[in-house]
Amino acid sequence: MKKTVNQKAWFLVLPVLLLVGFSAVIPLMTVVNYSIQDTFGNNVFFEVGLEWFEEVLHSERLHDALGRQMLFTGIIMVIEIPLGIYIALHMPKSGFWASVCLVLVSLPLLVPWNVVGTIWQIFGRTDIGLLGHTLAAMGVEYNYTQDVLSAWITLIVMDVWHWTSLVVLLCYAGLQSIPGAYYQAAKIDQASKWSVFRYIQLPKMMGVLLIASLLRFMDSFMIYTEPMVVTGGGPGNATTFLSIDLVKMAIGQFDLGPAAAFSLIYFLVILLMSWAFFTIMTNIDKQEA
Amino acid sequence: MAKITLSNLAHSYISNPKSEKDYALRRLNHEWEDGAAYALLGPSGCGKSTLLNIISGILTPSEGRILFDEDDVTFADTADRNIAQVFQFPVVYDTMTVRQNLEFPLKNRGADPKYIQQRVASIARSIQVEDILDKKAQGLTADAKQKISLGRGMVREDVNAILFDEPLTVIDPHMKWELRTQLKALHKELKHTMIFVTHDQTEALTFADKVVVMNEGNVVQIGTPEELFEKPAHTFVGYFIGSPGMNVFDAEVTGNIANLQGNKMELKQTHKKLSGKTELGVRPEFITLCEEGMGIKIDIVRVEDVAHHKIVRAIYNNKDVNIIVPEDVIITPTMNNMTFDMSRVNVYVNSWLVEGEEIS
Repeated sequence: MKKTVNQKAWFLVLPVLLLVGFSAVIPLMTVVNYSIQDTFGNNVFFEVGLEWFEEVLHSERLHDALGRQMLFTGIIMVIEIPLGIYIALHMPKSGFWASVCLVLVSLPLLVPWNVVGTIWQIFGRTDIGLLGHTLAAMGVEYNYTQDVLSAWITLIVMDVWHWTSLVVLLCYAGLQSIPGAYYQAAKIDQASKWSVFRYIQLPKMMGVLLIASLLRFMDSFMIYTEPMVVTGGGPGNATTFLSIDLVKMAIGQFDLGPAAAFSLIYFLVILLMSWAFFTIMTNIDKQEA
Repeated sequence: MAKITLSNLAHSYISNPKSEKDYALRRLNHEWEDGAAYALLGPSGCGKSTLLNIISGILTPSEGRILFDEDDVTFADTADRNIAQVFQFPVVYDTMTVRQNLEFPLKNRGADPKYIQQRVASIARSIQVEDILDKKAQGLTADAKQKISLGRGMVREDVNAILFDEPLTVIDPHMKWELRTQLKALHKELKHTMIFVTHDQTEALTFADKVVVMNEGNVVQIGTPEELFEKPAHTFVGYFIGSPGMNVFDAEVTGNIANLQGNKMELKQTHKKLSGKTELGVRPEFITLCEEGMGIKIDIVRVEDVAHHKIVRAIYNNKDVNIIVPEDVIITPTMNNMTFDMSRVNVYVNSWLVEGEEIS
């Protein structure tokens, strides 16, 4: 096909360019700007080169937060993905109860994040919370404000409660798209339940599972609101994840330079890991094919 | 392999069927002979899929019984019936290789690995997939996948019957012919009982020893392709099979004289008094177009040339008439009469064929 050359066509992309400029590029550039400058107040800035980056990269604080972050993301994914598949497999496929289940499963997804945090914050309190009080009455040592393990368990259970539904819904949609003939054929071949899962359901779910895993990875890696409301990063720094640490640094201590360098590194880490994740998953998918 | 007997079989999707109309499949008695190839032919919604699903065990019939040889399997599970089924679209295990696909039913039944290997090799030869045995099933073409799903059924030697549910729907036209020919060859070689559901008459007539024609939940006729062509038991069979279908004329029949709105003709058979709506059925192949004054006057609407013959579309007594004229006959404007090959004229009362007494 012959294409006409018309340089005026560039003007047609201009609106999008402007929009993206104002919504993404310019804010990001201000961050870049902060990351290479320092100030002693009075709005006077001077350039420091890559000093902040060096400092942040070598800071124990960031390493610890990154470690906690990876542990948290790892744990919730190991729980949520299999659990989501399991629930999706056992949900009714049609009829009244299918709709009831879908609505019930979707409910946690509709709750605003800070409300989720508040719900669990109160739910887990040992004085007035249903869960905390019951556990205390049963003699279980549980106090998410003082005990590291309790805090972690609370955050993980909360995240599982909030986000497993997403995996369930995606898997359920994947399962629903499998034609009945496949199950019929499997029956004729006398395939076991496990074989049906391994050779029919799982391959047909791979696509949605990839999306679900990627979404859960990114969201949990950037989690802020819920742990902030429940534990505030404590006890001590036990649940201070990357984003909580970043906010502390930027808004709490007003260390704009290091915070800017931190957020850029944070951004690159997420970008890199998502890319690696996606590449690995699609490669697995291809090998399966 | 087994003989399949349907005894007083009927099915309704409504729990309390009141009238005939509520039945998707009306009362039916039939024996599917062991080792024969059958085609179930009928328009969409005629009950052929219902019948197939009852045989395969997806559906339990609301009335009657189904037997494999002497075993009553009416309530048996699909897995216990030992049948194979090829579906409308290819069902293969995508993540397995072709070989693993073929091995799968035997492995699940705990067969000896040596036997599996030998059996898979022989089936792969039969369905001609030897060269792709170690490829993943996912990337294959639709017809190759259909062959694999057929092979998965045939790999079991003790399979009672192979059911085909419109298996050529998603196959490219040029592959359809080839696959059908292969199916026929396979049937000759392995002698499985095969039941082939289709709404395509060409498919049915080329594949099957016997064709079961269904309409509105009834089995209208069971017969060889020749029988269906020459003696359709019901005007529906006449319409449905043949291209174009059989012409049906309103007529009065007394003895061996048929009266078509004043045009009298002598039948080859003599009938006792017929009560009900009487019609004559004549296939377009058995009507000859002739010069004015030689037969019955018709109005020709148009002539279609379809390569090996011509189809004349005409009107007689406000009803469409189709006539097939050989390719080499030149149709002139004065050729506006038709005559029937009287030995091929069938008489229908209330749409069903009646046989008279042969005139000696």
